[in-house]
Amino acid sequence: MSEEDDEIILSELDDEELVQQMFDDLYDGLKEEIEEGVNILLERGWQPYRILTEALVGGMTIVGNDFRDGILFVPEVLLAANAMKGGMAILKPLLVETGAPRVGKMVIGTVKGDIHDIGKNLVSMMMEGAGFEVVDLGINNAVEAYLEALEKEQPDILGMSALLTTTMPYMKVVIDTLVEKGIRDDYTVLVGGAPLNEEFGKAIGADAYCRDAAVAVETAKTFMARKHNQLAAG
Amino acid sequence: MTLNDTVLTNDGLDARATGTVLLIACGALAHEILALKRINAWDHLDLTCLPAILHNHPDRIPDAVSDAVLRHRSQYDQIFVVYADCGTGGLLEKRCRELGVQMIPGPHCYSFFEGNDTFAARDEMTAFYLTDFLVRQFEAFVIKPLGLDRHPELRDMYFGHYEKLVYQAQTDDPDLTDKAKACADRLELTFERRFTGYGQLQTELAQIGTSTGA
Repeated sequence: MSEEDDEIILSELDDEELVQQMFDDLYDGLKEEIEEGVNILLERGWQPYRILTEALVGGMTIVGNDFRDGILFVPEVLLAANAMKGGMAILKPLLVETGAPRVGKMVIGTVKGDIHDIGKNLVSMMMEGAGFEVVDLGINNAVEAYLEALEKEQPDILGMSALLTTTMPYMKVVIDTLVEKGIRDDYTVLVGGAPLNEEFGKAIGADAYCRDAAVAVETAKTFMARKHNQLAAG
Repeated sequence: MTLNDTVLTNDGLDARATGTVLLIACGALAHEILALKRINAWDHLDLTCLPAILHNHPDRIPDAVSDAVLRHRSQYDQIFVVYADCGTGGLLEKRCRELGVQMIPGPHCYSFFEGNDTFAARDEMTAFYLTDFLVRQFEAFVIKPLGLDRHPELRDMYFGHYEKLVYQAQTDDPDLTDKAKACADRLELTFERRFTGYGQLQTELAQIGTSTGA
């Protein structure tokens, strides 16, 4: 089958078809097509937040589900994430301008001694997609870096990531320091990374262990809703 | 015995039903363990290996080890698990404790080949490690599962923060060193070869012999 015969002209699709096509393009990790789709929807008057949630997050949710179910693997998820990143880069400045709703704020970073950031980057991106403001501290963060960012950014959530069995105990160092300083309860602490599990999350005093980026988003939303309810009740 | 690396990667190795102590090991250690057995005449040790590719799926290791222990324990006086933590986040250690079997201390084979204390003291967070087995099976363990054969552009996402590839050599094999160097080039990392020999693997297995009086 020749590509020419099959070529889809994105601008000729109606909105619903275009969003469906963007789901497929995200699934296939086609960054340029996603960027084109985003621009077409903007030209058609879609609000940036609507494009983000309906086209990009909607598509990445399918990718996330298929990753969880063992249908997609890490390389495909990374390609999809890269495509979404292309779309996000167009939308991000516009989201600020248009005053898109902000669900909450998160400071996130990989712990000291650890340079792995694939999972953390996925979480950052999906959290942004879900309407969170994310301050990403990058890799190899000592407790001082977390404290400084918490002080400066005043987030709702602290996220910590580790890929190594040897570095994951450092999360406890950070949490213990928060306790010592009497600020532990000021933040929801979410932890994640390949060698972690729920038991470990509980043992170190985190609020929750998040298995993957999709779970991180859902968990963060749940904690934010709880916080709002408490504030309303108080 | 002739070992096939592809079989060790995907299927593992069956026990021979000889000896009083069964070693349940990662397939990536089969060559080294059999060499030590031969050199030291450890005839009391039998070996079965789980598929080495579990290295890429640490969450599956505790159950796989558990199944193997339960399947074999009635046929041996003792079982020893030749895995370190291997990315299980402490779950393998917990499982071994529940099963009443010992395992190798340390975070992973890169650590015990060099010696756990020496490895920890290096504190090399930007080093990517390969052993003899992983050099031979580089495509199966690194390139294909990470999709770098199909999407080389993902290299930076995986290895952007790494600086060097350390080849921990268990044997002196110039061809393998050349291959390891090629692996480093492919990942765009600087290359360093460190001869470790069998390291702490040897001392740990030697203690099993002592403790059983064999």
